[in-house]
Amino acid sequence: MAMLEVTNLSISFGGLRAVDDFSITINEGELYGLIGPNGAGKTTVFNLLTGVYKPDEGHILLGGKDITGQKTIEINREGIARTFQNIRLFKEMTVQENVMVGLHNQIRYSTLASIFKLPSYRKAEKEMRERSLELLKVFDLDKEADTLASNLPYGKQRKLEIARALATNPKLLLLDEPAAGMNPNETIELMKTIRFVRDKFKMTILLIEHDMKLVSGICEELTVLNFGHVLCKGETKEVLNNPEVIKAYLGE
Amino acid sequence: MKRLLQSKETKKTLITFGIVIITYIIVEILMLCGLLSNQLQGLLVPICYYVMLAISLNLTVGILGELSLGHAGFACVGVFTGTVFSICMQNVIAASWIRFALAIILGALFAGIVGILIGLPVLRLKGDYLAIVTLAFCEIIKNVINVIYLGKDSQGLHISTTDTTALGMEPEGVVIIKGAQGVTGMPQDANFTIGILLILITLFIVLNLVHSRDGRAIMAIRDNLIAAESVGINITKYKLMAFSISAALAGAAGAYYGHNFNNIKAATNNFGYNMSIMVLVFVVLGGIGNMRGSIIAAVLLTLLPEMLRGISEYRLLIYSIVLIGMMLFNWSPKAQAWKEKMKVRILGKLKKNQKEVQ
Repeated sequence: MAMLEVTNLSISFGGLRAVDDFSITINEGELYGLIGPNGAGKTTVFNLLTGVYKPDEGHILLGGKDITGQKTIEINREGIARTFQNIRLFKEMTVQENVMVGLHNQIRYSTLASIFKLPSYRKAEKEMRERSLELLKVFDLDKEADTLASNLPYGKQRKLEIARALATNPKLLLLDEPAAGMNPNETIELMKTIRFVRDKFKMTILLIEHDMKLVSGICEELTVLNFGHVLCKGETKEVLNNPEVIKAYLGE
Repeated sequence: MKRLLQSKETKKTLITFGIVIITYIIVEILMLCGLLSNQLQGLLVPICYYVMLAISLNLTVGILGELSLGHAGFACVGVFTGTVFSICMQNVIAASWIRFALAIILGALFAGIVGILIGLPVLRLKGDYLAIVTLAFCEIIKNVINVIYLGKDSQGLHISTTDTTALGMEPEGVVIIKGAQGVTGMPQDANFTIGILLILITLFIVLNLVHSRDGRAIMAIRDNLIAAESVGINITKYKLMAFSISAALAGAAGAYYGHNFNNIKAATNNFGYNMSIMVLVFVVLGGIGNMRGSIIAAVLLTLLPEMLRGISEYRLLIYSIVLIGMMLFNWSPKAQAWKEKMKVRILGKLKKNQKEVQ
């Protein structure tokens, strides 16, 4: 079953057509890669999918439901969560609190309950702590639960961002250059983590990446963007051997 | 008890409450022994008022991360709604504590509503712009109150913006707000005990809010707006929540403060931008987001100018030197490193002692 179905998505900024006629179909449980040279419009696609920009044309269907033009928070509630190219953590909050913010819409209680510390507050808060700790354990971050997010080393900050996104209980996870700035060892570990997330949470994942080792290592299918157009799409091996892709992206 | 102390936050909260209560007991004992001068006794209510203002402003500045320069405006709303209510109800509600409690609640409610009305358009702005608009709001509130004439007679309330005669009241009517001359004749119900009680309530509300789902959402917006939105947090709702609760608490503080005097005016020196900035100074010097620091800074910086009255000519000079000193001590990286080191050393010693005892 198709988890994400995007048809003919387009957006222009002034005279620049940043994304033009972009279509993609991602099946449930698939690990899908979106690659392309700098400025090809990859992050713009992410911003369109998460409602940061409203598309000029086209439709976005998530699990068969049309979510085109909805606001970011509504889209998150529908089930798309993302990470950012330049890490965006809640820096002055602890690692665990970051994940607890992700659980915001999963576990609820009223403002009055929190001001008067009613039983519903205690119960929900306990559940939040337990669930956030479980998630942190998955990413091997549970020992740093009380550390300030800004004090984490770079690789762990990336992991924390993924954990926070997963806390919102998404159907589709968007990862924007998860391996950016990582050393080869960290990248290998990240590949394991991403694969593990997909298997454990039965998650559908769409990722943008420049690191070809990572892309060829974990992605099952790829779409290549160039100047806002889809250059080609298909199975990873085929796409990476396509002469046009090599020319546009990897150099001649 | 042990379970209660388990969480670090609860422990911190309890310590803050403990400090306030112990201070209260010490001051009460000093008063009983007659060791507190009249001048100092007169300062107790204003100090409580400033502490409340500092805590509530810290919610906007420290937790929400928006710079508001209009906090005195919300206090002003609280002062006037609270005192007008008390004067009107003086003969209706006999029990002064019920009347006073209602006046404070009403002051908070009105300031909260004004907070929402101001917040709706203003919270779209950021940083400097928000500061400018809140500053203007504070001045507007003050000036509006300065032209209002309000009177009461057997037919009800009369309001005018020209003068007392325009109210057209019966001869036995009472004028409650006399334009720039302010409100006169409210019952002086405010005292130190009620002030401490209100500080504790303010702290209770703010700290519990901060350590909850809502508080985390507010802090998430402060730390990274785009990321907060991406995990499904309603930005407008939580910004407005923090801003209006902060305004309501300032209104409660104002209503309390208003009942300390026989007459209070919306003058520049007590509700102008200087006052807003003074409260902001308490917050910044006490440490942004640090409630305990706000309390200590508010107390010290209210006491200091009064203590220095004896050397009147050098008063402001010393005040500003202390300000700079506190700023350096609280904010310079070296001082912070030193504080951390001392903390580790003291905690280490305590742990060692504990082990030896065991």
